[in-house]
Amino acid sequence: MSLVTVTDLVKTFGTGEAETRVLRGANLTLERGARAALIGPSGSGKSTLLTILGTLMRPTSGGHEMLGVDLTRASDAELTAFRNRHIGFVFQFHNLLPDFTALENVVFPAAIRAGRETAAARARGADLLDRMGLAARIQFPAANLSGGQKQRVAVARALMNAPELVLADEPTGNLDRAAAAQVMALIGQINRDEGTAFLISTHDETIAASCPRRIVVGEGRLTG
Amino acid sequence: MLYAIKIAARYLSASKAQTALLVVGVAAGVFVFIFMSALIGGLAEFILARTAGDMAHVTIEAEARLPARLAVPPGRVLWADQATRETATLRAAENFLPLIETLPGVKAVSPQIIGSGVLRRGGQAAQVSIVGLEPGRESAILDLARYRVAGSVRLGAGVVVLGKGLVEDLGLALNQSVVLQSSHGVTMRLTLGGIYEIGAGGADRRMAYVSLATARSLMALPQGLSRIEIKLFDLYAADASAARLRGLTGLPAVSWTREGARLLEALRAQKQTGYFLKSFAMITIVIGVASSLMLSTYRRRPEIGIMRAMGASRRFVVGVFVLQGGLIGAMGGLLGAATGYGALLLFPTRENFRSGTLPMDITQGAYGLAITLTVLCAIAAAILPARAAARLDPVTAIGQ
Ligand SMILES: Nc1ncnc2c1ncn2[C@@H]1O[C@H](COP(=O)(O)OP(=O)(O)OP(=O)(O)O)[C@@H](O)[C@H]1O
Ligand SMILES: [Mg+2]
Repeated sequence: MSLVTVTDLVKTFGTGEAETRVLRGANLTLERGARAALIGPSGSGKSTLLTILGTLMRPTSGGHEMLGVDLTRASDAELTAFRNRHIGFVFQFHNLLPDFTALENVVFPAAIRAGRETAAARARGADLLDRMGLAARIQFPAANLSGGQKQRVAVARALMNAPELVLADEPTGNLDRAAAAQVMALIGQINRDEGTAFLISTHDETIAASCPRRIVVGEGRLTG
Repeated sequence: MLYAIKIAARYLSASKAQTALLVVGVAAGVFVFIFMSALIGGLAEFILARTAGDMAHVTIEAEARLPARLAVPPGRVLWADQATRETATLRAAENFLPLIETLPGVKAVSPQIIGSGVLRRGGQAAQVSIVGLEPGRESAILDLARYRVAGSVRLGAGVVVLGKGLVEDLGLALNQSVVLQSSHGVTMRLTLGGIYEIGAGGADRRMAYVSLATARSLMALPQGLSRIEIKLFDLYAADASAARLRGLTGLPAVSWTREGARLLEALRAQKQTGYFLKSFAMITIVIGVASSLMLSTYRRRPEIGIMRAMGASRRFVVGVFVLQGGLIGAMGGLLGAATGYGALLLFPTRENFRSGTLPMDITQGAYGLAITLTVLCAIAAAILPARAAARLDPVTAIGQ
């Protein structure tokens, strides 16, 4: 069974003269455990697609199903709960809550789910940070971490609730080559070990090449 | 909820200077609130104690009242005439005394004989109002014992109690004798048994207190009374009590509110001014908290977006910011109440109010009300910024 399916997805911004048609009938199926790079020129609609897949934005029209749930019919509150359980995010900027420690950031999705920080969640959070090579930074304030460390904390947080899908929008856009390679290696490892599906938008050919599948956005449609 | 409290507390502790400033600002509002409560309450207490507290709540008096002050002793014929009328009017009153004393709500009853006269000592003379009080009830209405500064206010045969000002004017000392000549021409030599000091107006120069029996001789009044003063437990029940007395006895009982209407009005106006100022204190708290949290939600837009993306509900975001308001209100309320209480400790207690100082009543600071209102106001102030935060579109908030 496929993990995510979008059919004839249309997304337009603005109306009349100012109308921008970003997605014009996009179709995509992602399998469980997939790892795909999302590439395309700037302004082609990569971020738009990721926010729709992440239930942070509704499409203008078209179908969106994940884990057999028709998300176009879900209420805002249902979408909020759905993404907490099934979707992880890694953004390019503003990823972490700066006034919280690395561990507190990682545990956040679980705490939202449980209503409090449980000991079990803290143990899993510490374990995830350890796997990201950040064992020494667990109690570090997020604001004091380097860019690469922040992105690795963000990856750990995205995995906290063991989601089926992680959406990463240029997760290495701010990092140097070495740090980017490290983050991508960790993503690849998690993908192989736990079967978490990743959809990663990028402008970096090397990063795209490291993914088994590449999806190209162009003219409002998806190929590959 | 528990987790929202953690986030709220962290946000407040993350920007310590801003939070401290805000808490101090809220505390200042609470301080004003408590100060105003103590002042308005204390002032009312003070004014009532000085006026209604020391005066009769219900007075039964002969209609032809003797002038309190006279430049020269008047002719005897005129006075005899008035005295006769007065005696006739209140002769019956004496018989009603036991009844009046047992009426519900009556705290104290003071039968009196009043008149005027001249005090002489050596070359000095002073015009006085003579008040004859029943021994043992000297402090029933005006609390003479409280204002006593020397000797004893206990009245008896041949004893007079005078105010400090008058004693000084006459060059008198305790236990020395002084001659009192009444307007009825009766002269008696009396011993100064006690000195009081009220400190307000001419009260310390105008009166000569003697026993009822002494006054009876001085005013040549073998029977009857010239006045009955009554104090009630509840001074606001005076109108009803006076009406009841009139109905029961037929005596001309008059409530203090007839003369004290202005005082009541003033007390009410004072209270309203207090409410007004206290409302302003609360409004400044609301504005301060609301604007500060508004700024905070703006500054934390990306974080709010992240939290929403991680699955935090709108209600959770509202909770985080409303709780910040509540925490600020609680901290500011406690700090303001504590400093307010501390500041009020510097003022004399209500038993020691003196004219010339602010009569701050520390027992009327309304601390609990101040803290509760502040927390409620701060929470209310947080609702608008909190809802704005919750309505943020996560995509635009994250800004990617
Ligand atoms: N909220 C919005 N309102 C109006 N237009 C928008 C909005 N969001 C995106 N767009 C437009 O949609 C188009 C696609 O934007 P999107 O951010 O998805 O591109 P992208 O492929 O992620 O580009 P980049 O590689 O530069 O990040 C752009 O032309 C953009 O201006
Ligand atoms: Mg983009």
